[in-house]
Amino acid sequence: MDTASGSSSVLRQLGLYALLTIVGIALLMWAMSWIASVTGSAERTQTAIDPETRSASFLLGDEPPQLDSSKATDALSGMVLGHVMEGLLAYNENNQLTAGVAERWDIRERGATFWLRRDAKWSNGEPITAHDFVYSWRLAVDPANSSQYAFLLYAVKNGEAITQGKMPLESLGVTAIDDYTLEVEFENSTAYFGKLVAFSTYYPINEKFHKSVKDRFGADADTLLYSGPYMIENWVHGASLKMVRNPHYWNPGRGGLDIIDFPYITSDPNARLNLFKDGKIAIAGLSAENLGEAIDRRWQMNAFAEGVVFYIEFNHRPGRVTGNRHLRRAMQLVNDPAELVYKVTKLPGYLPGKSLFPVWVQGVNGFFRQEYPAPEAPVNIEQARWHLEQAKQELGLDEIPPLILLTGDNPLSTLQSEYYQDRFKRTLGLDVRIDKQIFKQRLEKMTAGEFDMVMAGWGPDFDDPLTFGDLFASWNEQNRGKYASSELDAQVRIAQRSVDTQERMDAFGEIQRILFEDAVILPGYERGIVYVVDERLEGVVRRAVGPDPDYTFARIREGS
Amino acid sequence: MWRYAFKRLIQGIITVWFIATATFVAMQMAPGDPLSGEKALSEEIRANLEAKYGLDKHPVQQYFIYMGNLLKGDLGISYTQQNRQVNDIIAEHFPVSAILGVLAIVFAALGGILLGALTALFRNKAPDVIIMFLVILGISVPSFVVAAIAQLSLVNINDLLGFSLLPVAGWGTVQHMLIPALVLGLSTMAFLTRLMRSSMLEIINADYVRTARSKGLPESRIFSRHMLRNAILPVVTVLGPAIAGITTGGFVVELVFAIPGLGRYFVQAVQQLDYTVIMGTTVFYGAFLVLMVIIVDLLYGWVDPRVRLD
Repeated sequence: MDTASGSSSVLRQLGLYALLTIVGIALLMWAMSWIASVTGSAERTQTAIDPETRSASFLLGDEPPQLDSSKATDALSGMVLGHVMEGLLAYNENNQLTAGVAERWDIRERGATFWLRRDAKWSNGEPITAHDFVYSWRLAVDPANSSQYAFLLYAVKNGEAITQGKMPLESLGVTAIDDYTLEVEFENSTAYFGKLVAFSTYYPINEKFHKSVKDRFGADADTLLYSGPYMIENWVHGASLKMVRNPHYWNPGRGGLDIIDFPYITSDPNARLNLFKDGKIAIAGLSAENLGEAIDRRWQMNAFAEGVVFYIEFNHRPGRVTGNRHLRRAMQLVNDPAELVYKVTKLPGYLPGKSLFPVWVQGVNGFFRQEYPAPEAPVNIEQARWHLEQAKQELGLDEIPPLILLTGDNPLSTLQSEYYQDRFKRTLGLDVRIDKQIFKQRLEKMTAGEFDMVMAGWGPDFDDPLTFGDLFASWNEQNRGKYASSELDAQVRIAQRSVDTQERMDAFGEIQRILFEDAVILPGYERGIVYVVDERLEGVVRRAVGPDPDYTFARIREGS
Repeated sequence: MWRYAFKRLIQGIITVWFIATATFVAMQMAPGDPLSGEKALSEEIRANLEAKYGLDKHPVQQYFIYMGNLLKGDLGISYTQQNRQVNDIIAEHFPVSAILGVLAIVFAALGGILLGALTALFRNKAPDVIIMFLVILGISVPSFVVAAIAQLSLVNINDLLGFSLLPVAGWGTVQHMLIPALVLGLSTMAFLTRLMRSSMLEIINADYVRTARSKGLPESRIFSRHMLRNAILPVVTVLGPAIAGITTGGFVVELVFAIPGLGRYFVQAVQQLDYTVIMGTTVFYGAFLVLMVIIVDLLYGWVDPRVRLD
């Protein structure tokens, strides 16, 4: 090994091996690329925007879990479905409810009639008829189909009884009078029924097609029949999803994109931004860390309130000190959402919480929160301490025992719960114990009532204040702290039964007041997002309720 | 040899059965409930779902039903994607993980062997010091950091060049595989380099190497026949578990590079408490790992005739 010639010949040998290795790897990769092309997303548009093919590329945060519209519950599936399916009514680019498959409709106190347009067709060219709606609505409440969103159909007569197995499917209050007229009977009067039928659970399903694919319905691109402006041409699970125009859609002039492509599926925020920077996707959400870079690069930025509210909920079960109103009032008076949002979490697009009803909810003529301003409790530590003393007296305690704050295990929840812990200790001398749990375990503890306070959040199911308004009704299963107030229950009943908008909104106003005066929740924030858009793209619709983002109205700017 | 292989196979099957049973028991004891979601379920809807997945039956009964289906090769339906069979999920996504894993292991093994040999030949000289420094880095920096840095560098390189040298993420062509496979194989490569270096160093001064040299054999022949072939043995031993580890542990790399591999489903299933997918992937990965170990043991006898298999 010491001789120069020996060592150099060894090196030559090693070099030869290295060369062989590289050649071998190259051959191997070449062989593998054709295997991968079967499982992957090869031969796709290589840029975010392609004016020639009128296509735009985006990123999906995850694989859509459920494209069977009778069962879908999550926002992502709802987004995809919103592009390829259309119900009786739909939201337009201004987020107004407008004609979908139905061209006219009449909603009365005890029922509704929908007249379907004759040119609405499935993607196989067959007409969409009233029978397709009867079939899908029955499917949604069918116990054998076990849909988690069956409850959305409880507005229709006998919906709940059918889900419980007490009545036959045929008793559901929906009838096809003829191919193009659909008659609906309500269980109770439902003023917001028009908004319900825009939701995915109410989309039509073609009986013949559904029965031909059986359990595989919605599992792949070819096991779905499309009623919307686009259809899924190609879906490689976990890798990509590509939508093209539905040639049979009744309104061919809608939107300017011929291809809506999702060539990437990942939840990694950095990957998302990197793909945007590399010109591969047209929209990317920003996190606090990327904000500076986005400003430096002069990207077109947009903010949007996502519609989800977050708050602390108290446990009102017997034996919990948080059942005491004075204690809750004391905490309400030191709660400072503005400090939380602007100084602690510092996330772009987030708004300090003020009410259970988020800012975008519609009231009588305008925004609900403008017509019924949320009552506010400015921070008042002295008054808070007085309430705390009252609470101790009423409870007969010298000291309030440590309060358990149940929370999730993500970094944001951690930051937030530690802030509350410090805040309540500093202002009121209260000890808060953080109980950090993974998602499923947190839900289990919430349902079992193993907490004093829990950090909860709520996103809307349909575009009516009721989606938030009935959360703390004593019978609502979502009311995990078992808050019960006959006053609030009465207002919820009015909001559910009345068909008079003014009367209903007054009821929501009352609910908002009761929640505040009884300190049922401590508002935290309304979640928002800041995102960047490729400047060549316009008309992407964002909305809190319904498919979001909606690319069906998007177009590529002229000259780009 | 055949008797040995048969014996190992039986042992393997028992191991897989044990893995399946242990996973089943662990899942029954795990807190939480696969059906729960952010939105509370009403009693009747929950009852309908429980009936669908057989959760209304006694756990012992559930166990026998599950084992019966497993023998038939039916892993059930996913809880989160209610229209997808676990069999389909594995069949669609494992090949992706496998391709990426094989490529990564080829990088790792060849790179590790070559670099290890190089460092041993240049012991305590510049190449040795530099490579060993990189090796320590490769072992200690976690893959999510390496993956993120690699991707960011790629973006900047593409930006600088003005055209796309290599895709930043995605899957489907050979260009898509290169960087993810390198990142995935990096820590194993570093580990193998160290292993190879130490086993080379042992052999450099071995008697038979000196004998070979005194016989007047050319250095290159001594190197490839006497040194490399002997030094490679420990590397082969760890290769089996490493293949299984890399193929199953690519979650982070799959996430960062948007690759539709099985690792993502595996991790998500655990977070979602998706019973059938957890069971399916765990049993599948378990069987895969066991098979790899058996294959390596058999290979070992072939590489090193001193090892007798019986």
